[in-house]
Amino acid sequence: MLDHSLTQIAKALRDGSISSVELTQLALDKADANARLNAFISLNPEQALTAAAAADAALKAGNDDPLCGIVTAHKDLFCTKDILTTCGSKILSNFISPYDATVIEKSNARHLVSIGKTNMDEFAMGSTTESSYYGATLNPWNTEHVPGGSSGGAAAVVAAGIVPVSTGTDTGGSVRQPAALCNLTGIKPTYGRVSRWGMVAFASSFDQAGVFANSAEDAAIMLEAICGYDEKDSTSIEKQEIDFKSDLNQNLEGMRVGLPKQFFNAELDAGIADTVMAAANELEKQGAVLVEVDLPNSALGIPCYYVLAPAEASSNLSRFDGVRYGFRAEEYTDLESMYVNTRSEGFGDEVKRRILVGTYALSSGYYDAYYIKAQKLRRLIANDFTTAFEHCDVILGPTTPHTAPKLGAVNNDPVSMYLEDIYTVTLNLAGLPGLSVPAGFDQNGLPIGMQLIGNYMQEAKILNVAHQFQQATDWHTQRPANIGGES
Amino acid sequence: MSQTKWEVVIGLEIHTQLSTKSKIFSRASTAYGAEANRQTTPVDIALPGVLPVMNKHAAELAIRFGLAVGAKINARSTFERKNYFYPDSPKAYQITQFEVPIVGEGELEIDTINGKKMIGITRAHLEEDAGKSIHGAMTGKTGIDLNRCGTPLIEIVSEPDMRSSAEAVAFLRKIHGIVRYIGISDGNMQEGSFRCDANISVRPFGQDEFGTRAEIKNINSFRFVEAAIEHEIERQIDLIEAGGTVVQETRLYDPDRDETRSMRSKEEAHDYRYFPDPDLPPMVIDEATIEAIRADLPELPEPRIARFISEFSLSEEDATLLMADRQSADFFETCNAKTTAKPAQVNNWIHSELSAHLNKENLSMADSKIDADALAGLLDRISDDTISGKIAKEVFAAMWAGEGSADDVILAKGLKQISDSGAIENIVKEILAKHPEQVEQYLAGEQKMIGFFVGQVMKASQGKANPKQANEILRKLLSS
Amino acid sequence: MAFSPEQIHKLASLAKLRVEEEAVEVISSQIDNIMQLIDQMEQADTSGITPLSHPQDPVLRLREDVPTQTDMRDEFMVLNEHSEAGLFMVPKVID
Ligand SMILES: [Mg+2]
Ligand SMILES: [Zn+2]
Repeated sequence: MLDHSLTQIAKALRDGSISSVELTQLALDKADANARLNAFISLNPEQALTAAAAADAALKAGNDDPLCGIVTAHKDLFCTKDILTTCGSKILSNFISPYDATVIEKSNARHLVSIGKTNMDEFAMGSTTESSYYGATLNPWNTEHVPGGSSGGAAAVVAAGIVPVSTGTDTGGSVRQPAALCNLTGIKPTYGRVSRWGMVAFASSFDQAGVFANSAEDAAIMLEAICGYDEKDSTSIEKQEIDFKSDLNQNLEGMRVGLPKQFFNAELDAGIADTVMAAANELEKQGAVLVEVDLPNSALGIPCYYVLAPAEASSNLSRFDGVRYGFRAEEYTDLESMYVNTRSEGFGDEVKRRILVGTYALSSGYYDAYYIKAQKLRRLIANDFTTAFEHCDVILGPTTPHTAPKLGAVNNDPVSMYLEDIYTVTLNLAGLPGLSVPAGFDQNGLPIGMQLIGNYMQEAKILNVAHQFQQATDWHTQRPANIGGES
Repeated sequence: MSQTKWEVVIGLEIHTQLSTKSKIFSRASTAYGAEANRQTTPVDIALPGVLPVMNKHAAELAIRFGLAVGAKINARSTFERKNYFYPDSPKAYQITQFEVPIVGEGELEIDTINGKKMIGITRAHLEEDAGKSIHGAMTGKTGIDLNRCGTPLIEIVSEPDMRSSAEAVAFLRKIHGIVRYIGISDGNMQEGSFRCDANISVRPFGQDEFGTRAEIKNINSFRFVEAAIEHEIERQIDLIEAGGTVVQETRLYDPDRDETRSMRSKEEAHDYRYFPDPDLPPMVIDEATIEAIRADLPELPEPRIARFISEFSLSEEDATLLMADRQSADFFETCNAKTTAKPAQVNNWIHSELSAHLNKENLSMADSKIDADALAGLLDRISDDTISGKIAKEVFAAMWAGEGSADDVILAKGLKQISDSGAIENIVKEILAKHPEQVEQYLAGEQKMIGFFVGQVMKASQGKANPKQANEILRKLLSS
Repeated sequence: MAFSPEQIHKLASLAKLRVEEEAVEVISSQIDNIMQLIDQMEQADTSGITPLSHPQDPVLRLREDVPTQTDMRDEFMVLNEHSEAGLFMVPKVID
């Protein structure tokens, strides 16, 4: 049941074949059976079962919401009342938020039942989920490999069939990349679609919540639940149409699919290139028109991002000072040593590295050369997309240059880890929506994802293409072997 | 020390809290005096995941200030983060306007011993106030109260145009008067709503480049401004003349010891790493909004003083005194428009009887128990000889005590002046009959005895006799 | 460019972090590598380009001046073990 589509589960919840409480218990049991994946930071069975009972009552009363009673899990970066919000960090290892994030409020209002908070790279800084204070999450497809990151736990729980949908966040690729590495459909909407209120900030002008699902259709349903204007977020988009389902069944006749020549470069694994081209051909077979597009500055997306995101992070993470909440060092002699000891003991290496880089980029004498230069480059990169979308309706390319690396393979070499985000960061720089869809497997049986990029607010269009692709292929229905517990 | 050799250069940075109901970026109340940390939201505590949302009224008040001093209003202004760790700054950054402030250049005229002088205003920007550190309650610890954190401020930055502590004080008073007059701040220095930092340097007369400046932080009373600046000037000159050099630093004025001392804790690593706040897009104010705020501005003190002088023949001193706060000036105008009494008389009553009553009860003009209409009613009764000026004070006191209008009090207490000459003549005759000795003295040439008789008449009539008539009748009867 | 130990310590002190002496070399070489990656930005000609701070260049929304706060002090105070009498406590601050 847990690996069925949302529509199927919704039907089962209504025809009496399963209750939300039973579904929730099933998910909790499956989470236990797969504890070795280390995909959760916290499970909250009691609250989940209470919420499920409330969902059952709503269902009985005739609630026709397709998400009512469905189980899910939230990334441990969304603030939740009454349950830990750690952001994968020691510095928040004791933090229970007195308020709910808007994403949480919206999910709860839809009677989605959250069974726990998923593991992640510390403060979402990483592409492997290995930088979590709570240890690495394993990839359900092969536990010697990482699930990607930073929303690795959120991807693993859906890939392992513990829940059918989950929330994540994507600052430089943290939804799309783990979706690709775990054979899921993962979407990051246009910056400003989902309120950032209650999302622990990493890089505020990039951070955007997204969802993981087993199909484009499920992703569309779940994404609708969390999008929407929020007056508490000054960057929230006020006028937005939230209908991602209506266009799913449009055929692709005449749809112009842009292939950026810069994405098919030397860094790209040959197998992935072939897989993405095969997918492009499938779309062409369905009537889409393939066009080459030019994103001339895309290779500079990584250097640009690694100035701006750490700069914002260095400031965002300054509030973790041990004064009002969170971890405070045991030993200190004065205010200064309280600050320094708390932050030095509370943050992990990658977070400290990015704080130092960001501090450097903003410091006097270097601000223009780094920060301002990067902001100008950011506009050039955004302009590249604007020009490209004059020639196509959606852009298609790889999500990642490689399939899932082995545990420990990249996290000790920051620069090579950063370069894994090469195809995903440019969307965050521009604020564009993008998704990753399963497109095949490598010779080791590890999933390959392809990325669809839409113009601003055109989530419906990329979901339409993804859905049409999924009607003709069965990559997205493949499930990993050796998963514990019942579905 | 040879003060005459050195030219003093002073620039001020004035922080004024804006009179909004809620904080600049959070929905917490700004009311003063709540229990510690009771006026905070997750935004003010800087919990993870919180976001700022800008208060429209704070922007309007800042624009109001800009328009009042004739400064440029920037239609597009930006919010930046100023990064530094301090326990009263929970985000470890202050949201401020660095790149483009809401208010740009302007200038303001002050009075100096050498006449009028223009002082340049560099800018005025919006920012959030910090919390308060509470020392001493617990030994070895400091307590943090974030109630004040997030209160909207404008920081008004002057050009280094002042050349003495007196000029600095004059500028500060002028700004203080304006912010109160246009109603953007209560200007309460005791509560910290109005604070000043002074940048001070000295240079030999004739030198073009500025000397190294020291910044004196948080001077929170007019009394200390002059003392703090004087002290710092003296310190710098002494230092230079002894062969030393001034270092650029932040110093704190200690009024108890009358000295400034270096704030070492703020000295290290002065790199604020300003950058645009990603949570706050640029603020764009349209022309219509600016014009609406302009239309809503009251007549400003300067032109109003000039008008009071020409229209009401008040002295410059009196007109300036009325302008100390807008309520007084408004009170005067309203009252004057309603009464037949002369403007000078209205002015006198405001500055004597009314202000004495206000001061006694520590009230501001806004809380006056007698409004401008009521005072006009009282002054009319003096003008039409219903009561004497002396009785009027008694009536005023009764009105203040809530006994009704001037007419109510006059009627209830039977204070109507006796202007019937027959009645007054009867009283005068009685008095003269009672005091034959004094009549002798008067007739012997002691003219001043007339005052004694008038006094007796007033006493006998309980103050109600028209003194002018009494005087005339006395002279008539004594000379007959 | 190579980072001197002093530079690393200065950055760390701005960020209120400690870099142990034995770690300075590793961290400065890592940051060096990152900065080399970042220096690729020089390849782009950005003359005449306006910096982009917020995707899609939005304009700030302003809210009405209405306090809607509820008293959450007790909820805040339990978030740490150090608060006393409704205050957040830190080691004595000396100005
Ligand atoms: Mg200042
Ligand atoms: Zn300031």
